[in-house]
Amino acid sequence: MRDTSWLAASRTRSAWLFLAPMLVILLLVAGWPLLRTIWLGFTDANTLRIDQAKWVGFENFLTRRDGHWYGALADPLWWRSVKNTLWFTVWTVAIETVLGFGIALVLNREFPGRALVRAAILIPWAIPTVVSARIWGWLLNDQYGFINHVLSGLGIIDHQIAWTADPRLLMTSVILVDVWKTTPFMALLILAALQMLPKECYEAALLDGIHPVKVFWRVTLPLVRPAVMVAVIFRAIDALRVFDVIYVLTGANEQSMTMSIYARQQLFEFNQAGYGSAVSTLLFFIIALTTIVLLIATRVRLGED
Amino acid sequence: MRTLALLCAAAVLFPGCKKSDDAGKPAAEGSAKPGVAAPPASVEIAISCGAVGPDFDTCKAGTELWEKATGNKVKVVTSPTSSSEKLAVAQQLLAAGASDIDVFSVDVVWPGILGSFFLDLKQYSKGAESQHFPSIVANNVLDGKLVAMPWYVDAGLLYYRKDLLDKYKEAVPTTWAQLTATAKKIQDAERKAGNKDMQGFVFQGKAYEGLTCNALEWVASYGGGTIVEPDGKISIDNPKAVAAIELAGSWPGTISPIGVLNFEEEEARSTFQTGNAVFMRNWPYAWATAQEPTSPVKDKVGVAALPKGDADDAHPAATLGGFGLSVSKFSKHPAEAADLVLYLTSAAEQKRRAVTAGYHPTIPSLYSDQDILKTNPFFASLTDVFKSAVPRPATVTAEKYNQVSSAFWNAVHAVLAKQKPAKDAITELAAGLERIKGPKW
Repeated sequence: MRDTSWLAASRTRSAWLFLAPMLVILLLVAGWPLLRTIWLGFTDANTLRIDQAKWVGFENFLTRRDGHWYGALADPLWWRSVKNTLWFTVWTVAIETVLGFGIALVLNREFPGRALVRAAILIPWAIPTVVSARIWGWLLNDQYGFINHVLSGLGIIDHQIAWTADPRLLMTSVILVDVWKTTPFMALLILAALQMLPKECYEAALLDGIHPVKVFWRVTLPLVRPAVMVAVIFRAIDALRVFDVIYVLTGANEQSMTMSIYARQQLFEFNQAGYGSAVSTLLFFIIALTTIVLLIATRVRLGED
Repeated sequence: MRTLALLCAAAVLFPGCKKSDDAGKPAAEGSAKPGVAAPPASVEIAISCGAVGPDFDTCKAGTELWEKATGNKVKVVTSPTSSSEKLAVAQQLLAAGASDIDVFSVDVVWPGILGSFFLDLKQYSKGAESQHFPSIVANNVLDGKLVAMPWYVDAGLLYYRKDLLDKYKEAVPTTWAQLTATAKKIQDAERKAGNKDMQGFVFQGKAYEGLTCNALEWVASYGGGTIVEPDGKISIDNPKAVAAIELAGSWPGTISPIGVLNFEEEEARSTFQTGNAVFMRNWPYAWATAQEPTSPVKDKVGVAALPKGDADDAHPAATLGGFGLSVSKFSKHPAEAADLVLYLTSAAEQKRRAVTAGYHPTIPSLYSDQDILKTNPFFASLTDVFKSAVPRPATVTAEKYNQVSSAFWNAVHAVLAKQKPAKDAITELAAGLERIKGPKW
């Protein structure tokens, strides 16, 4: 007895010993930059002279001077970026989940060439976003773009459509490009969940002669819901940080500015390291909050079952 | 080319893609030029010199001549096409103290932002700067330090299709209202004649520095000031500026494609050069490329001063642009880098650049050079455009210039995109500029 507890303690010790390098590295590469960013958010740091930063309290977030509000929370463009980001997140995640589910259900069936199709569907996900966004930028170009060429060739449109410039279409174009790129990721995660499902339920349903649609709603959906929710949370976090696809397609345009684009502009174009860090901190808390809300919401719904 | 530029921009940002250190290599063939501080072994200098139109090729040809003369190596690094992006990359590299790039090409509006990272070139120039336009040299002096040698000068120009104006018996417009009417007439007639993709006027309408240059021309040519005046006063909220922006706001969807809202220089040029636009606002580089043997509009293009506002006292305005060359203070080979800068900005090299690619020299005596005038016949007639070019308010706003410019281009972009009426956008802009200004610039 004494020997085994001694052994257990020794094992725990070696476990910590083996974990230590990873914990130290995590602290260095994740903890330190995060804390430093939060600290910089309370200073007037300039990107070009970061060592001369002075503490300014909450001035970067919100402050009142000469009867006017200043700071990120008083900047209409920041709130516009928040709105754009949320709009983008809700639509992309919703469309990608539905499409991804559909594709996963198809890929879950046995059919000839399935392995090939499964590999092929991953191609959009495998191309670096900057490259695929650039390609889409050319395809969607109003003057020489392939999409307009095809549409006008088919007689569907009679004038060139400016997909990435027209303010009414800009967000839609960006959302569609993101859906093209990220649906495979959703499909793959849901497919993995589908393949783990117990066959017995389906055999029982088949014996009882239940309609396949009812089987989907009553068996498949409840069983894969936890996995789908994890995928949705992953995607939502990713979408809230969106930068590359939008920046490459439309630049730092107010109509499609997201929180990350706003923060990047402050940090690297305007050299406002302090203000930019404050905004990055806000972005961090918004993402953390969304994740917590999503986790709680799904747990509550799971509890109702 | 554009993807390449973008990828390289990305590569510059990530440390995985550092230039190899060739300092240890044996000297290449070719002997050092007399008078040039000849190093014991050949060194490699990295230069970032631009990616719009012929920027890269022309710069590379110049550096190859220097390589031959000195035996050193030059690595020409591609940069983004948008000058806003170029600045962001330069700021990140310099703020991190990176020695990856020795020589930067520096926009006329950057010395106030980046100057502290550059070496004083006076210690190397032996007075060479006195050959250049004094106003441009003055622009490049920061706290008594010459932080950039003038390399070429830019000003906004109006390109027009001579053949189309002749066909419809129209004159070259001198006011923006005339341009609007002429562009509309020719565009509509050409489209009716089956030329479905014809556009009246293309310019730089994307939300970036280029739009600031375009819109400053509209506002200044209406007599509406220069956004922020040299004394620091924010002057943009005035009826003349509103009228100018209002007229421009009517273009997208009528004489300009809606896509102009996402056009940089090269998008405008590709539309014009494929023969699909009557008028184009662009920098002088677009002339040489339009005259290339393969250009569909070869010998059909004319160049004029940009139009002006309607008032009697209005006068045409061209935004002053152009680049200088600077040596990073983190450079490991400052003497060689400075020598490269002096070579590239010398009269001989500026002449070569003017003849082969139409870059405007910063050395006044070259404007009467017969070889240059032969390939660029409009140089002589447009000397006034360059002399009276309007500077962007970079000196007075100093480090905040980029924020001022961004607020301005965003306000104008919102009007062009029909998101806001000009009056509201300008009023909000003025308030936003006050916010950026704070107690003082």
